[in-house]
Amino acid sequence: MNLISKSAYINMGYFQPFPFLCLSERDDNMEKSKQRPEPMQALTLYKHSRCLYFQEEEKLIKKELASLKEQVASPNTTMRQMKEIMVRAIYCEMLGYQASFSYIHAIKLAQQGSVLEKRVGYLAVSLFLKETDEFLLLLVNTVLKDLQSTNLIEVCMALTVVSQMFPKDMIPAILPVVEEKLTHPKEIIRRKAVLALYKFYLIAPNQVQHIHSKFRKALCDKDPGVMTASLHIYLQLIKESPESYKDLTGSMVTILRQVVGGKLPLDFNYHSVPAPWLQIQLLRILAYLGKEDQGTSEVMYDVLEESLRRAEMNHNITYAILYECVKTIYTVHPKSQLLEKAAECIGNFVLSPKINLKYLGLKALTYVVQQDANLALPHQITIIECLDHSDVIIKRETLELLFRITNAQNVTVIVEKMLEFLRLTSDDYSTIDLVGKVAELTMNSVFSLGGDVMQPDIPNNFLRLLAEGVDSVEDRQLRLFAVDSYVSLLQGETAKLPQRFLQVISWVLGEYSYLREEDSDPGSVMRLLARLLDQRHTSTETRSWVLGAMTKLCSSPVSVALARDVCERYLSWAKSVWANIPLCVTFEILVDSSLSFLDGYVSEALAAGAAPYKSPHQRQEELVQEKALSLEPYGLSLPVSLSSCSITDRLTDRQSPTLLSMSSGLSGNSTELSHKEGSTALKLDGVKRVWGKDGYLAQQQSAGETPIPQVELPSPLLSPQSPPSQTQKPSSGPEPDQEKRQLASSLFVGLGSHNSVCLVRLPSTVCSVSIADQSNVFKALFKPFYINSCRSALHNLLDTTTVASEGGAATTTLQQTSQRTLDHTTSNGSPHVEGTEQRVEAGGPLSLIRGNDLHPAPALERPRDLPLTSHLPAELSGLARSELTTLCSDHDPSLALSACRVYKEDALVLLVFISNNTDSTLHQMALQLTCKELEVYFSDWPLTVSTGDYGKMWLSFSHDLKQNLRLVTTEHQEPLTATLDALKGKLHLHIVDVIGSEGIVACRLLQGQGQGQPCLLHCRVHADSLAVWLRSPVPELPDSLLYHCQKALTET
Amino acid sequence: MQFMLLFSRQGKLRLQKWYVPLSDKERKKISRDLVQTILARKPKMCSFLEWRDLKIVYKRYASLYFCCAVEDQDNELITLEIIHRYVELLDKYFGSVCELDIIFNFEKAYFILDEFLLGGEAQETSKKNVLKAIEQADLLQEVRLHTDP
Repeated sequence: MNLISKSAYINMGYFQPFPFLCLSERDDNMEKSKQRPEPMQALTLYKHSRCLYFQEEEKLIKKELASLKEQVASPNTTMRQMKEIMVRAIYCEMLGYQASFSYIHAIKLAQQGSVLEKRVGYLAVSLFLKETDEFLLLLVNTVLKDLQSTNLIEVCMALTVVSQMFPKDMIPAILPVVEEKLTHPKEIIRRKAVLALYKFYLIAPNQVQHIHSKFRKALCDKDPGVMTASLHIYLQLIKESPESYKDLTGSMVTILRQVVGGKLPLDFNYHSVPAPWLQIQLLRILAYLGKEDQGTSEVMYDVLEESLRRAEMNHNITYAILYECVKTIYTVHPKSQLLEKAAECIGNFVLSPKINLKYLGLKALTYVVQQDANLALPHQITIIECLDHSDVIIKRETLELLFRITNAQNVTVIVEKMLEFLRLTSDDYSTIDLVGKVAELTMNSVFSLGGDVMQPDIPNNFLRLLAEGVDSVEDRQLRLFAVDSYVSLLQGETAKLPQRFLQVISWVLGEYSYLREEDSDPGSVMRLLARLLDQRHTSTETRSWVLGAMTKLCSSPVSVALARDVCERYLSWAKSVWANIPLCVTFEILVDSSLSFLDGYVSEALAAGAAPYKSPHQRQEELVQEKALSLEPYGLSLPVSLSSCSITDRLTDRQSPTLLSMSSGLSGNSTELSHKEGSTALKLDGVKRVWGKDGYLAQQQSAGETPIPQVELPSPLLSPQSPPSQTQKPSSGPEPDQEKRQLASSLFVGLGSHNSVCLVRLPSTVCSVSIADQSNVFKALFKPFYINSCRSALHNLLDTTTVASEGGAATTTLQQTSQRTLDHTTSNGSPHVEGTEQRVEAGGPLSLIRGNDLHPAPALERPRDLPLTSHLPAELSGLARSELTTLCSDHDPSLALSACRVYKEDALVLLVFISNNTDSTLHQMALQLTCKELEVYFSDWPLTVSTGDYGKMWLSFSHDLKQNLRLVTTEHQEPLTATLDALKGKLHLHIVDVIGSEGIVACRLLQGQGQGQPCLLHCRVHADSLAVWLRSPVPELPDSLLYHCQKALTET
Repeated sequence: MQFMLLFSRQGKLRLQKWYVPLSDKERKKISRDLVQTILARKPKMCSFLEWRDLKIVYKRYASLYFCCAVEDQDNELITLEIIHRYVELLDKYFGSVCELDIIFNFEKAYFILDEFLLGGEAQETSKKNVLKAIEQADLLQEVRLHTDP
């Protein structure tokens, strides 16, 4: 054969012979028996195998195609040669050259070839042809024949091709045969048949109506593959009408529970996660079923929680499941407990250093802030960082997120950010999208909220934005968007819209209503405008804008009639000399854009003191001349942003980050702040630091900022407290941090004031500090509250840390200054806290306060005289806790530091008490807490038993669980021993015995409710994984132990 | 899934599979634009793209980019794993697969893809089952080759 060589193909573009997967990436290294298939014969080496450039490539392919064409036409070409020709034709098509001459031959090959030729023929058909191609009709008979073939592979091929493309009209011809295949003994055939029917359902839903009962059978198929395939159909069906399939909820939940519990064959595991595709499919189905349906949602809460808990391994696939799970939880009827967990999960995504997860985290946040905007608050800093991310995709997603949390107070900053992004981006699609959003935000939020107070250049600038630019597609879309949005606004209640906004609306409608051509009723806009005129609150100036708009719209008969009517009424209303103008004249005048017929009306209005009317064009031109260079149409002209910004600036000058954060807490009600400003300005200098602290606390309360339990980030809770000179920030200096904080405060303002999901729980006393610090009461209350608040802040800090370590991130670092370091390690593996420091400064800034004869309140007892336990937060007081331990010796008699552990149901809380032992007031306390390793050994502790005892215990325990775990492989150890050793090392399990490929392990629960309860593990090496069977008298124990084992093994 | 593209670092298409009916012209335009967009992205960037009204998920393996377009409500991460599973399948089938294998045997790569994804949906996620199906078909081929004169 005179064909060019394959190596010539290779050089159409260079290739690199690097394997895609390096060894470590492979799932299993078991068998690599497959030899590379031999390159096909009958090929001669092409001489110019190197350095082929585009022209040469083109030449080569053209030649090749000519040769192929010649050969397909030749009667001597055998089917086998034809197969080779098809492969080449496919390749040429892929490179972008037409090989349509081969289409008919592809069909012929599928018809007449032997099985292997048929395979290529079908492949060529599915690649060359489209559903609409007439050639496909020629294929129907072949498909029908092959479907009925006794050769499994032929049936498979036929099913494959019909599920990829099949002419809609021909479906009835093969439907019965495909249906028949649903009961085929081979699961691969059943599976493909189900997918073929799914495809039919997509292209012609009504044709498969009658086989719904058979779908149910497929759902109950004993083969998981067939069942999985049937879920595609169900997802589609349920998406379209969830109501009709509510009865399936139970089955779906059961299936999911089984999958999550590891009941499927090992084959379906993907990186030791059971059937992730199936799980995700089921979660999506559950989301549709439970949406806005409390009853159905309640059925699935348990299983959702279980999947959330199980999927905590550190692999992409588990994140995929988690993400879907979170989405489902937020779609179904809400359950607060689940929502909390899901929110925590989102937090993990957002904080992840992996960019893909971060992106999904932002996406998930975008999704959930629609329900509760406060959820974004804990992630302020991350969001701000993402705004400046080098990846445009991340930036855009962040803007999308901000778009959702826009309110009257932060709209300016957000719009600015969007415009900033717009200037940088060149992608048309995102531009259109974003401009639409900017427009919506500015128009609808600013105009309706900012109202008449705002300066006139804002609407004018907006109009300029709309009018400017060439008549490109984007502009049209934006205008249309504006028109649509305004029409819907006018259809609603218009009485509250500011006059200036109404003017903008009329102008836009007048100019661009024509874009709504497809709209059936051309008079609708006119009617809306006419309604505006009729309303009493519409000002004269606005009326003139409205009338101007109406004249522009008089192009259709309906509008004209309407306009004539309006005109008549208004002429009489204005008692103008034109009152008895003949109707026909009105018609002519109406299309006259000079508005001459309104002269009388206008002059009267002018006489009444109204501003002279200018056409929008005029106005605009004037404005363009006046402010031609104003590139920032949405500058800081809003009163709200002005006051907060100027204050923030001033504070920044003073280098007082603490005050800065106070302003962020208060900028929500800027008027109050500006009032206060005058009266407090004098004192601020003297008590700056103290104020800073309390200001910081106040900010925490009002903005709901939460410490982020992550290693890399400086904790926002603590950083403002420490003097900048002494901080040991890992990377960023205080300056950029301040900027971020400032940005955060302007972005998230107005979100957290009625914080319901605030993760930081501050006792109400702290709240009163923040109120008190603005008045004289402050002085009297200061002392006791201060101590209280410090302690609660610390408590919160530790509380959050504990939650984090339970969730899997075990290390938390919080840095501060240090004067003295105390080492304290509590025994037996419970959390140890290292390096606690306090600094007491007498006098100093507080002397001012002490100077005013301060009478200590009766509550001002010295804290050491009180039993510290009475200070336990109410929600913890009822729980079991350890003895109060003194943490530091008496080096410094002025302060006492003690701690205790409180066992909550789901967390171990470490409480640290700091008490002032002196009579003097504590003025300033810098507290550093370094938790190098806050590791909570959750529950397991070695249980030493003999093999005999083990056997007895095994039989007596009722709760069991089986699961497959990953085997740890090391060079010098058996996989089983290595794995068990790893478990022993990580979880302190006791290895009772190892016999051959089996091993038995025991442990018991150390703390909590089921203290001392044992759990036994039976491990067996099965294929390339470890089959573990757990038994315990406590139902939850095997589950939780299994989870820890999984985690431990993933980490090794 | 709407389509899957495999292309080299030089922007050469190595495999394309469309699950939605589009004209040749549209296909060419989409793949050209998309290849350009993806090649311009830096390695540390996010694997997901919002591109026109599509959601694109891509990943690079050695010299080859694997790129899928999915619907808006689809899970990006699982799509990434679909790509990975496909690479695993290719790897297992060819043994240490590289771009060369796909160029030489791209029809095989298509067969594996068809056995794994059908009509744009994951058909069989068990690696063993996919390879079994392919091997059965291959076996037939070999028998034929031996009996052929």
